[in-house]
Amino acid sequence: MNKFLREAKLWLIAIPILLWTLLPIYHIFLFSISSKDSAFSGALWPDHPTLRNFGTVFRQEHFYLHHFWEQIWNSLWIAVAVGVITLFIATCAAFAISRLKVRGGRTVMNAALFTYFIPAAFLAVPMYKAMGTYGLLNSRWSLVLAMVTLASPYAIWVLKQASDKLPWELDEAARIDGATPLQLFRLVYLPLMMPSLVAIGTYALLLAWNEYLYAFLLLSHENTIPLAVGLGHFLASDDSPWELLMATALIYALPPAAIYYAFRRYMVGGLTVGAVKG
Amino acid sequence: MIAPYVLVFLVFVVYPVTYGLWLARHPQSYVTLFDDPVFFRTVVNTIVFLMVAVNVKFALALFLSGFFVHDRAWIRWLSVIFIIPWAVPAIPTIFSIRFMLNPEWGIINSVWFRLTALDGPNWLNDPTLGLTMAMVVHIWKALPFWTLILIAGRLAIPRELYEASSVDGATSWQKFKYVTWPSIRTLYLSSTILSMIWTLGDFNSVYLLTGGGPADLTHVLATLGIRYIRLDQVDQAMATIVVALPFVLPLVYFMMKRLSANE
Repeated sequence: MNKFLREAKLWLIAIPILLWTLLPIYHIFLFSISSKDSAFSGALWPDHPTLRNFGTVFRQEHFYLHHFWEQIWNSLWIAVAVGVITLFIATCAAFAISRLKVRGGRTVMNAALFTYFIPAAFLAVPMYKAMGTYGLLNSRWSLVLAMVTLASPYAIWVLKQASDKLPWELDEAARIDGATPLQLFRLVYLPLMMPSLVAIGTYALLLAWNEYLYAFLLLSHENTIPLAVGLGHFLASDDSPWELLMATALIYALPPAAIYYAFRRYMVGGLTVGAVKG
Repeated sequence: MIAPYVLVFLVFVVYPVTYGLWLARHPQSYVTLFDDPVFFRTVVNTIVFLMVAVNVKFALALFLSGFFVHDRAWIRWLSVIFIIPWAVPAIPTIFSIRFMLNPEWGIINSVWFRLTALDGPNWLNDPTLGLTMAMVVHIWKALPFWTLILIAGRLAIPRELYEASSVDGATSWQKFKYVTWPSIRTLYLSSTILSMIWTLGDFNSVYLLTGGGPADLTHVLATLGIRYIRLDQVDQAMATIVVALPFVLPLVYFMMKRLSANE
């Protein structure tokens, strides 16, 4: 009886958690399979569920959707570029700081961490101004470089931590065999670091795909903006087609969610646990 | 090999920040800023947002982490679902909540009407309710992450401590007070500091929900800077950030100290 009561108490906590978590998600799904009338009626389930909204989105048959495929391509292009460049920069930096023990490595690490802890919305203002001076505004590269700047500090930190754990004997053995630092990097370091590299590449990719603020500040042409900014444009008028907005939003949210769950083991914790554990 | 990152840091952090501070050098910018009634309101909103949202979020995360450490298969499944708000991008879900709160067509007021036969409140057209809802959105999004951090903290506590206190006949409250809390206090406090920094930079929860409205009454510092940029007043935007720095930098300094202490 006591055991039963304890289980009942757990379920009593579980039900509100489930409702709280899923309601906004369910609402997106509900709208994307509803006609406009049904969506605006406040119904909890549409009378006639339909996939028409997705057809409209894929065929770009609405004013706000004229650049749908182009914008999803921009999102993908930017995310992949940020992932690749961040991975390159962070791997080199982590290798130099952790294995080659270059002078000033500690200072660079601190500079990176400082960038990581400054709220991104604060850095956005000077970044916007600087991109203007560089003449990069409205070029996809401005967003790529800004996101690389934001993603690198965490990437370097995680890779440095992982790389500190590799045994030193490997480096020594390679040196005795006459390996140059570059050979050490390519033949010993990279293969051993592969799991962390995959995780960090994914992290940078998702960060860029999900970003809204920097994208909306730095890019404004219909054909350079990623889908995130395209979604924001839906709210420009009062009678927005919310059922189409939600269908597009669902398409936009699915790939990063799938990737997140596929790499879930690597995605949580990391720096934060390192930073906050006493 | 460290050069690529140093280059990125110089070109996209050092130069912009220096240039930004240089733009913010005119005392006139600060006079204009302090004269702007929106600015004063924004500072109050930001303080309320930080105090209320961060503390409520952590109280909930502390409670929920205690729930999720129960060893049941169905609770592990629930934790997979619970992480969704953190796993998906911000815009879709915030827009979804925005329409749910629509006074005429939103699902919340429609259910409200069915239950009470009264019209529900105009959620986002009232500054107090609007800011409250922005805090709810923020908590909805960030709660899973901090709950996971606190779960990790709780799981690191040796089981023997709990077994020993059970033998001594401790109640669950006593177990929390004398075993759990002393073990995770440091984690809890530094998580709160880090979360304050990140919450200060939370642009999406406010901007995508209320847009700072009605009548610019729900801005926080993160959205106000961007508002000045949209109005083409970049000096003003920089001044806003400079004003916030005395509050942000000590927190950042604390976190960096903490990290180097752990190495």
